[in-house]
Amino acid sequence: MNRFDYVKPATVAEAIAAAAAPGAAYLASGTNLLDLMKGNVVRPARLVDITGLKELTRIETSGNGDVRIGALVRNADLAYDASFAKDFPAVAEALLSGASAQLRNAATVGGNLLQRTRCAYFYDTASACNKRTAGSGCDARDGENSQHAVLGWSEACIATNPSDFCVPLTAFDAIVEIEGPAGRREVSLDALHLLPGRTPERETVLVPGEMIVAVRLPAAARAFAGHARYLKVRERNSYAFAVVSTAAGLVIENGSIREARLALGGVAAKPWRAREAETLLAGQAADARAFERAADAALRDAKPSGDNAYKIPLARQLIVRALQAAMQGTPARMPALPASPFSSVPGVLHDA
Amino acid sequence: MTPELNLSRDPAHIRHGSNIGQPLSRVDGLAKVTGRATYAADNNPPGLLYAVLAVSSIARGRVTALDVDAAKAHPGVVEVMTQANRPPLHADPDGKPNPFAFRFEALQNDRVRYANQPIAVVIAESLEAATEGAALLAPRYEAEPARIGLDADAAYVPPAVGMGSPAEERHGDVEAALAGSDRQITAVYETPPHYHNAMEPHAIVAEWQGDRLVIDTPTQGLVMMRARLAELFGIAPENILIRSPYLGGGFGGKGLMAGPQVLGILAAKMVGRPVKLVARREQLYGPFGHRSPTRQTLRLGANAAGQLAGIHHHARIATSSFEDFYESAAHLTHTLYAAPAIATTYDAVRMDTGTPLFVRAPGIAPGSIALESAVDEMAAACGLDPLAFRVKNYAEVEPSTGKPFSSKALRECYTQGAERFGWWDRPLKPRMMRDKDGFLVGWGMGTATFHALMFAGQARAVIRRDGSGVVESGAHDMGQGAWTAFAQIAADSLALERDQVTFRAGTSDLPDAGIAGGSAHTATVGTPIHNAGAAVIAKLAELATSDQRSPLFGAGNAGVIARSGRLLRRDDEGRGESYADILARAGLDQVEGSGSGMPDPAANEQYAMHSHGAVFAEVKVDPDLGQVRVTRMVGAFAAGRIINPKLVKSQLIGGMIWGISLALHEEAVTDPRSGRIMNANLGEYHVPVNADVPAIEAFTVEEHDPFVNPLGIKGVGEIGITGSAGAVANAVAHATGFRVRRFPVRISDLVRAGA
Ligand SMILES: Cc1cc2nc3c(=O)[nH]c(=O)nc-3n(C[C@H](O)[C@H](O)[C@H](O)COP(=O)(O)OP(=O)(O)OC[C@H]3O[C@@H](n4cnc5c(N)ncnc54)[C@H](O)[C@@H]3O)c2cc1C
Ligand code: SF4
Repeated sequence: MNRFDYVKPATVAEAIAAAAAPGAAYLASGTNLLDLMKGNVVRPARLVDITGLKELTRIETSGNGDVRIGALVRNADLAYDASFAKDFPAVAEALLSGASAQLRNAATVGGNLLQRTRCAYFYDTASACNKRTAGSGCDARDGENSQHAVLGWSEACIATNPSDFCVPLTAFDAIVEIEGPAGRREVSLDALHLLPGRTPERETVLVPGEMIVAVRLPAAARAFAGHARYLKVRERNSYAFAVVSTAAGLVIENGSIREARLALGGVAAKPWRAREAETLLAGQAADARAFERAADAALRDAKPSGDNAYKIPLARQLIVRALQAAMQGTPARMPALPASPFSSVPGVLHDA
Repeated sequence: MTPELNLSRDPAHIRHGSNIGQPLSRVDGLAKVTGRATYAADNNPPGLLYAVLAVSSIARGRVTALDVDAAKAHPGVVEVMTQANRPPLHADPDGKPNPFAFRFEALQNDRVRYANQPIAVVIAESLEAATEGAALLAPRYEAEPARIGLDADAAYVPPAVGMGSPAEERHGDVEAALAGSDRQITAVYETPPHYHNAMEPHAIVAEWQGDRLVIDTPTQGLVMMRARLAELFGIAPENILIRSPYLGGGFGGKGLMAGPQVLGILAAKMVGRPVKLVARREQLYGPFGHRSPTRQTLRLGANAAGQLAGIHHHARIATSSFEDFYESAAHLTHTLYAAPAIATTYDAVRMDTGTPLFVRAPGIAPGSIALESAVDEMAAACGLDPLAFRVKNYAEVEPSTGKPFSSKALRECYTQGAERFGWWDRPLKPRMMRDKDGFLVGWGMGTATFHALMFAGQARAVIRRDGSGVVESGAHDMGQGAWTAFAQIAADSLALERDQVTFRAGTSDLPDAGIAGGSAHTATVGTPIHNAGAAVIAKLAELATSDQRSPLFGAGNAGVIARSGRLLRRDDEGRGESYADILARAGLDQVEGSGSGMPDPAANEQYAMHSHGAVFAEVKVDPDLGQVRVTRMVGAFAAGRIINPKLVKSQLIGGMIWGISLALHEEAVTDPRSGRIMNANLGEYHVPVNADVPAIEAFTVEEHDPFVNPLGIKGVGEIGITGSAGAVANAVAHATGFRVRRFPVRISDLVRAGA
C-alpha cells in the first residue's frame, strides 16, 4: 500500500473540498476500496473518509412519498428497516443476498453502488486490463471468463458489475443524488453506470470529486411491493457473487399484468434493465408463456463473451422463475436464504 | 470415576477408564475463543522488524532487475534481501538430503519456477513500509512460456508415487478380466488443483540469540523441521527452539518446512533483530504445496450378476519442474473392492507450479471421488443399487495383497448408515425423486477408506512428590484437539485425574512426536504416552514392593494395580498407598519414565490396516437453474478405539464438509497463459459456507483392533473426506440423471446438460 493522506471531514461541503485534490478517493467502509489498495489495484493519494458525515446516515420519507436513503446507511440497516423492507421487499432481499453478514453490517449504500468489478484480471496487477490501465488490453478476453458479461460488453472489456443491490434499484427507477465541486445533480440509477465501449476505465458518470449523497426510491415503486422478488444464482448457497440474478416486480390486476419491472445482474457492466421485456409484459395474462416471451426479449441481444454461453439460457430460466415467484406474491417473511432459488418455490416444476 | 491400571499384563493397561472415551470439550477451547491462545504471528519480541515477501508474477524465467534502491528509499525500510546479498546457507536449498526434504527457494539464484515464488524479502520497521517496499521493487523478468495443465508437457511414468509406492501395480490380468466381463464402463474424471487454505497463514517470528535460534512458526512436524533447519543453518539441533503450540489449521500444508520460513530466519540473521514474516493469503498459493490436479481413467468390468471382474485405475498427475511429488490417486483401488484383477498405473507431467505436496487425504481424496463415481456407474450398468453393488463386492481380505484386515467393520457402517439415512427407499433410476416444491432430489453414497498409520514417537512421564503427574511429548495441535486427547491418554497412563496431570506439547525441546499427518498423530503420540506412564508406574511399583515398610511389600509387580493416584494390591485392594507416600518414603522428588512407540513390522506384514466408513448424501438440484444444495448427510465410520468421541465427531463432520467442497466447490483457477492463480483468496476460492452444509450426522461403529497399535487407535483426520465427495457427486447424478465427471460440479455443467 502506498503512503497516502487521510482526512476525515465533518460535513459534505468539507468532504467535497477535500476530495478536490488530485488522486483523492472517498472512503466509506472500505470493504472494497481497502482490498483494492492492499492489492495495489488502486493507489489513491488521499483518502477522504466520509463515515463521519452523520447527515448521510438517515432513511427519510419525503412529502411526496419518495424514500431517501443516505449514502452512508449500512446495507444491513437498510435491509432490516421494517418499513423499508415492507415497501421495497426485492431491494431488501437483494441486499441480504449479498456478501456476508459481517460485510453487510459494514458496507454502505454509496459504496455498494460504486463497488468495482470482480473480474480477476482487474484485481491481478500483472494482467493486462483496460479498466485498470486504459489501453493495456484485456486478459479476460481469452482467459478465465466463465463469469463474464453476455450483454453490453465490448472488445475492450467484458467485465460485469457485481452489485446485487443495484439490480432492483434500477428496476424500480431509483434516483442517485450527487454532490460535487460544481454543485448538486441527480441521475437515474440506470444512467449511473456506463457500458464499457472503448473506455472501460470510465465506469460511471461521476466526475472526479463527485460524491453520492443519497439514493431515492420513488413513491411509485411501492406499487410493486406485493409482487416483487430478487433471485440470485450462485456457485455456493451464500457468500458468493451472482452468476446471474434478476429483480422482478409486477402489478397484478384481475390476474393480468398492469405493469412490470425487470432487471438482471451479473450479465453486464451495469445493472441491466430489461425495458422491452417490461413493455411486452404489460397488459398480458400473468402466465408462463408471457414470462418466457419476456425472457426471450430481455436476452435477444445477449451473446457470449467467452466460455459463458450457459449464462444466456440460465438468465432466461431465471427471469421466468423470478416472474413466476413475483406473480405468486412477495413472501410474508424474508426467506431464510434470501434470493436463493431454494427459497423460491413456485415454478420449479417448469421442466417436469 | 478414576482410571485403573493393571500391571499384571504386558502392555500394562487392560482397561481404559474415565478419561479415554469421554467426550471432553477442548481444553484449549476457551483460550482460543477468547483470543488468549497465541499463534505464531501473535508473538512480538522487543525490537521486532517486519519482513514481506516479494513474489514472482511470472511462472517461468528469470528475474532480471529489482529496484532495490526505490524500496530502500521508502521510509521505514531497513533492508532488502535478494539473491545478491542474502546470508549464506550451510546446505543447498536444491539439495535432497532425504525424501522428506523438498527443494525450495531461498533466493539461491535468479530463476523463477512458478508464480508466487519469493524473489526478494523487504524488511522494515512496520508491516506497511515493508509491504510498500516490496511493491516498489517493480521486478523485471525474462519470461519463458509457462507450462500449465495436464497436457502442458510430455507425460512420463514417474519413478514412484506417494511415499514410494510403485507407479504401476498389477494383480491378476486386468485386460483379460475386462475383456471377458459382461458389463464394462470406462470413464474419465478430473479434479482441479486444491490449496490447503488454512485459516492461519504460514508465519514465522525468528530471533537469533547468538548461535541459538528461537522461532515461532506453525508446524505439523517440530523435530523434523528442527533437523532440516539445523542442516540448512549448520548449527546443532539443540540450538534451535521451535514453538508451535497452536496451528490454525494444517491440512498437510504445515507438515514440512517451506522456503519462506527459511527466508524469515535469514532475514533475522541479516538485520540482527527479530523478524516476523507472514505470508499474505495469495502468497499461500505457491511455495507451500498444493494438491496436484488429476485426470483419472477408470475401467471397470463386472459379470451380469454385478460381481467385479477387474478394475484399472489410471491417474495422470502433475508435479513441479524441479521436484518430484506424485499424488497417489489410484492407490486406494487396491484396498477397497474385491475384484480379482486390479491394476493401477500413473503418468505425470511437469508444470511450472510450486511442488504439489500433501493435502488432507493425499491421493485418497481425489482417488476416492473418481473410484466411487465409477463404482456407481458400474452398479448402474449392472442394474444394481449402489449399496447392494458395494456389498456384493465387499472385500473380506485386502484385494491386492490377500492380507486379512486387522479389523474391518465396514459392513456395520453400511448397515447402520443406510438405516439412519433411510437408503433402501431409494429408487434405482435417476431423476425419479422430487421434493414437494419440485426440486430434483438425489441420493448417493460412497465408501470411505483411509490407511491406519502410525509413526515413531516418544514421550516422557513424571510423577512428582505431591502425587501429581507431568507428561510431555512434542505433539502438534492443528485444531484437531491434540491437547485434549493426549491429556486424556496421559491421565489414564498415570492413573490420575486429568487435573492432576500437566500435559506439555508444542515445542521442539520435548520428546519427538513425529509428524501430525496421515491421520496417525493420536496413535503416534498416544502409544508413547501410554508406555511412558506405564514405565513410571512400574518404577513406583518397584519402589513400593521392594520396601519392607510399604503395605505393598512383597506383592510383586504382578500383584499391583494403579488407580486414582494409588498403587493397590490386586488380591486385597484394601492394602495400598499413594504415589506421594511412596516417593516420600523413598526420599525422591519424582520418578520419571519414558516411552516410545513405533509401528509393529510383524503386524504390518501380516495385516492390512485401514479405517472404513460409509457416507450417504442427499442433494437437491434446481432443475432449471442448476444450483445444487446438499440437504442431508449421514456418515458411519469404523476407526478403532475412539479416544474422545466429541473431537472425533468434529473431525468426521469437518472431513465430510471437505468432501462437499471437493465435489461442489473447491478449485484453484489457473490462467494457462501466465500460470497465475486467478482466485487466490478466500472470497473466490470457494469452500462451503454454512448455507451449503446441512445438519450432518456422523457416528462411529464399534470396532476393536488388537493389532494396529497397543491402544487400538486408527485415526480419523482424513477419512471423513473420502467417500463423502463421491457420495455427493453420486447424489447429483441420481438427482439429475446427468453425470458430471469434471469436479467441482458447476452450475454451467448442469445448465449445459439441461439440469
Ligand atoms: C468477500 C466479499 C464478498 C462480497 N459479495 C458481494 C455480493 O455477493 N453482492 C454484492 O452486491 N456485493 C458483494 N460484495 C461487495 C460489497 O457489497 C461492497 O464491498 C460494499 O458494498 C462496498 O461498500 P463500502 O461502504 O465498504 O465501500 P468502499 O469500499 O468504502 O468504497 C467502494 C467504492 O465506492 C467509492 N465510494 C464509497 N462511497 C462513496 C460515496 N458516497 N460517493 C462516492 N464514492 C463513494 C469509494 O471511493 C470506492 O471506490 C462483497 C465484498 C467482499 C469483500
Ligand atoms: S474484462 Fe474488463 S476488467 Fe476484466 S480484464 Fe478485461 S478490461 Fe479488465
